[in-house]
Amino acid sequence: MPVSTAARAEAERLFAAFRDAGAVAVETDILQPAEILLDLYGEDIRGRAYVTSDPLRGEMMLRPDFTVPVVQMHMTHGADPARYCYMGEVFRRQDHRGPRANEYLQVGYEVFTRDDPAAADAEVFDLFDRLLAPLRPRAAMGDIGVLMAAVQGLDTTDLRRAALLRHIWRPRRFRALLDRYAGRAAPSEARIRMLQSLAAGPVADLIAAAGPMIGQRGPDEIAARVAALLEDADTPAIHADQAAMLDRLLALTAPAPEALDALRALAIDMPALTPSLDGLEARLSALETLGVRLGKITFEASHGRAAMEYYDGLVFSFHAEGGDLPPIASGGRYDALTRVLGQGRSIPAVGGIIRPGVVALLREGRA
Amino acid sequence: MNLKIGVPSKGRLMDKTFEWFGARGVNMGLAGADREYSGAVEGIDGVELVLLSAGEIPRELAAGRIHLGVTGSDLVREKLADWETQVAELALLGFGFADLILAVPTAWVDVETLDDLDAAAAVFRARHGFRMRIATKYHRLVRDYLREAGVADYQLVDSQGATEGTVRNLTAEAIADITSTGATLRANHLKVLPDVVIHKSQAVLFASRAADWSGVAAFDALLSRTGLVRPDGI
Repeated sequence: MPVSTAARAEAERLFAAFRDAGAVAVETDILQPAEILLDLYGEDIRGRAYVTSDPLRGEMMLRPDFTVPVVQMHMTHGADPARYCYMGEVFRRQDHRGPRANEYLQVGYEVFTRDDPAAADAEVFDLFDRLLAPLRPRAAMGDIGVLMAAVQGLDTTDLRRAALLRHIWRPRRFRALLDRYAGRAAPSEARIRMLQSLAAGPVADLIAAAGPMIGQRGPDEIAARVAALLEDADTPAIHADQAAMLDRLLALTAPAPEALDALRALAIDMPALTPSLDGLEARLSALETLGVRLGKITFEASHGRAAMEYYDGLVFSFHAEGGDLPPIASGGRYDALTRVLGQGRSIPAVGGIIRPGVVALLREGRA
Repeated sequence: MNLKIGVPSKGRLMDKTFEWFGARGVNMGLAGADREYSGAVEGIDGVELVLLSAGEIPRELAAGRIHLGVTGSDLVREKLADWETQVAELALLGFGFADLILAVPTAWVDVETLDDLDAAAAVFRARHGFRMRIATKYHRLVRDYLREAGVADYQLVDSQGATEGTVRNLTAEAIADITSTGATLRANHLKVLPDVVIHKSQAVLFASRAADWSGVAAFDALLSRTGLVRPDGI
C-alpha cells in the first residue's frame, strides 16, 4: 500500500508541531545493521522485518522502527538533555494477508533527560494528547515498572524472580512460569523423570553416561544448571496469596485515578510496589498540572506486554474508537535500552510515534 | 484444458503417490527412457503429469501452474505464507510420515522440555555472548512455534542438509529437523525433546487456489474416481 499524499501532509504537520515543541529534527538510515536489532528483539524480528544482505556490511534490515537508530545516534554524540523528532517510512514484513501495512510513515518525538522523569513522561503524553485531541481517541496507559516491581517483590528465589522478569513481555510463558512456581500447575512427566534421574548421582557421571560432549555448551554449564534445577526443585512454592495478588494486578483495567487507588490497596500487602506507585502518582499529577483529564485515561496494567521489549516504565497508546485500525500512536519509557546501546553509558529516555496514515484515514472519515 | 498434477519426481514419495492413485483406478507411471522426467496417466482423459522436486511443488501450486500437487504438509506450511489461502488440502495420503522436532546433545542431561531449552538459552547467551543457535531449514515453522511458546534468546541458523552434524561442527547448539526414525539423530549423539512436536508431517494431495480451473473437466472425473470432495472455493 503506497503512502498517501494525505498521510504525507499529516506527517509534515505533526513533524512541524514536534519541532515547535522544541525537538531537533534528525534523520536515520533506512538500511540498519541486522545484528543489533536481532540482539535486541530476538529472532522474532526476522518474521516482522525485511532482511536483506549487503556484500560489504552483511545482513541489513529495512528500518522497522526509529527508536534504536535515534538512541544510537544520541549515545554516540548527543547533547544532554536532548529532544529529537523524526519523520519517515518504517517497514514491517507481513506474514499474513490482511489490512496491516508493510510500509507506513511514522513521526516521532523522543526526550533524553536526567531531570524529573515524571515531568518528561507527562510532557510526551500531553503533547500527543493535544495533537490527537480532534480525533477523540481512546487513551490507554500502563507501567512496565510497576509489573517489574511486583515481580521483584515476590517472596521467592532470585532465580525465579529473574526468570519471571525475563518473560514479562511474553505473557503466555510468564503465566506458565508463575503457575509452576506457585504450585498451581503440575510439572510435566518429562521434567519429573529428569529431576529424579538428576538427583540419582554425581552430575559428572550422569553427563558421561548420557553421551559424548559435542557442541559449544560445556559440561560445566550443564552441571551448573543441574545444580540450579535441583535447588529450584526444593524451593517452596510462591504463596497462593502473592500469586493471586499478581493475577489481580495483571488484570487491572480502570480509569487512571481509580487504578492508582487499587494499586495502593495492593501495595499494603506488597510494599515493594510503593516506589513504582510513587512514580506513577507523580506522573499522573504532572499530567494533571498540564491540564490532562486523568479520568479519560484507561490504566491497563498489562498494557505493552505484547509490544516492544525495550519499554521499562510508562507505556501508552492512542486508539480510534471502534474499527480495527492499528493504534494512532504509541510510546513509552526505555531507560534500559539506552544502557544496552550506550556501551556503559545510559540516560533516561521517553518518547513515542504517531502514524500519520491512520490520522489521515480518521480525518477523511474513512474509518 | 488438461488437469495438471504435480508429483515428486523420484524416490519413495513418487512410488507411493503412484500406488495411491493406482489403488483408485488412476494409473500413473514414468514415460519414455529411464532417466527422462516425463509421466503418463491412464484411466482418466485430460490429466497431465508434471514431475517436480517435492520442494518446488508448493511454489508451483501457489503460482497456479499446476492444479493439484502431492508434497509434504511441512513443505507447504514452511514455504507458503497463509498457506490455507493459497492451497486446499484435498486428501491426506497416509504416507511420508515425519515429525518436525527439536533435538539437543544427549549429554545435555538438564534439558528435556521446552522450558529447559528456554532457560538454558538464557544462561548460554549470558555466558557466550550470542544467542543459542538452532540449525534448521524450517525457519517459518520453527520461529512461529517458538514465538507462540514464548522462547527467547535463541537464533535460527540456516542448514539445508546434514543438519544433524551442525552441533558437532560447532555451528549450532541444537537442531530443528524432520525425522522419521531418529536413527540419524542417535548416531550424531542428539536426543529429541519429547514434548516438542513442531509439526506432524505427511504427504498431502493439495489443490491450487490460484490455478485456472475453468474447463478442467478431468477434475470431476478424478473426484468421483477417488471419492474426494471438491474443496470450497475451487
